[in-house]
Amino acid sequence: MWSVTSTILTLVLFATYLGIGALAHDANFSLGWALASTVLIWAGPAQIILLSVLGSGATAVQAAIAVTVSAIRLFPMVVSVLPMMRTPRTKRRQLVLVAHFIAVTLWVECFRLLPQVPRERRIVFTHGLGTGLLVVCLVATATGYGLAANLPELFAAAILLLTPLAFLLSTARNCRQLADAVALVLGLALFPLVSLLHTGVDILISGVLAGTVAWGVHWWREKA
Amino acid sequence: MSNFVGDWHALLMLMLAGFLPNEIWRQLGLWLGGGIDEGSELLVWVRAVATAILAGVIAQILLQPPGALASVPGWLRYAAVAAGFAAFAVTRRSTLAGVVCGELLMLAGKWWIG
Repeated sequence: MWSVTSTILTLVLFATYLGIGALAHDANFSLGWALASTVLIWAGPAQIILLSVLGSGATAVQAAIAVTVSAIRLFPMVVSVLPMMRTPRTKRRQLVLVAHFIAVTLWVECFRLLPQVPRERRIVFTHGLGTGLLVVCLVATATGYGLAANLPELFAAAILLLTPLAFLLSTARNCRQLADAVALVLGLALFPLVSLLHTGVDILISGVLAGTVAWGVHWWREKA
Repeated sequence: MSNFVGDWHALLMLMLAGFLPNEIWRQLGLWLGGGIDEGSELLVWVRAVATAILAGVIAQILLQPPGALASVPGWLRYAAVAAGFAAFAVTRRSTLAGVVCGELLMLAGKWWIG
């Protein structure tokens, strides 16, 4: 059964990268640039933010700040997923590529699939899964780039809507503890309020606040 | 070939404003986050913060939409995501059902308002 749901997630990822390819074309970047951004950044939200910030004519410094704020979530993702792959003999440099592959989809998939994989084979498994997903996304980026020239506005909007829908549902699907669910709901609710402050780091503030409250709820329930 | 690569300035921007500020968090997680126990309270907290930051990115895309998505009125964007989540919930967490339902509502709404 897991191969079916896995195919659906891959379809959703494919559609997200169709959108990124289309966005890159509309913002006058080259196809090589779009493909390189998929290989090097390998994170949908960061790529969409980089494209829209640079495309709107902002400076590299502004783009770098927006990207790095969106990427902070990768830090706890890497920290939480790596203990599943470590063995006492694992060296850190063996995990450099694994760390690079960690993004929302692979993070979700690791928690779902790795428990079925023997621990000593998990690094190899993740390299294979990551490479496979990357190839799918490169094909999608190129296809979206090619389609963008004659993409009607309605179709383009539908492709861009796939990103929030897919991220919301795959995160909701992965909520295993109360803290995860509270963090998701509070994070959605707090961002619109915090964004009224126009701090430039709104996502960071609402994320740390909502995540900490969610952890507090979890801690309080464990104690009670 | 020069068409494929584009100008070098844009590629430099990709490295400095895209790759480095993004990748640094992954490698920090690898080099500084080691030795943390799988079931520790700290991990519950970092997972919660990661989830909440992602929720913020989702809210931001809906609130301040990029490109063509801005042509869809706000109420329709929120209704589409709500419909997608409702379909996801009643189908026992089917991501596909949720995504298809949300997309169909958005397309139907756009068609209806013309």
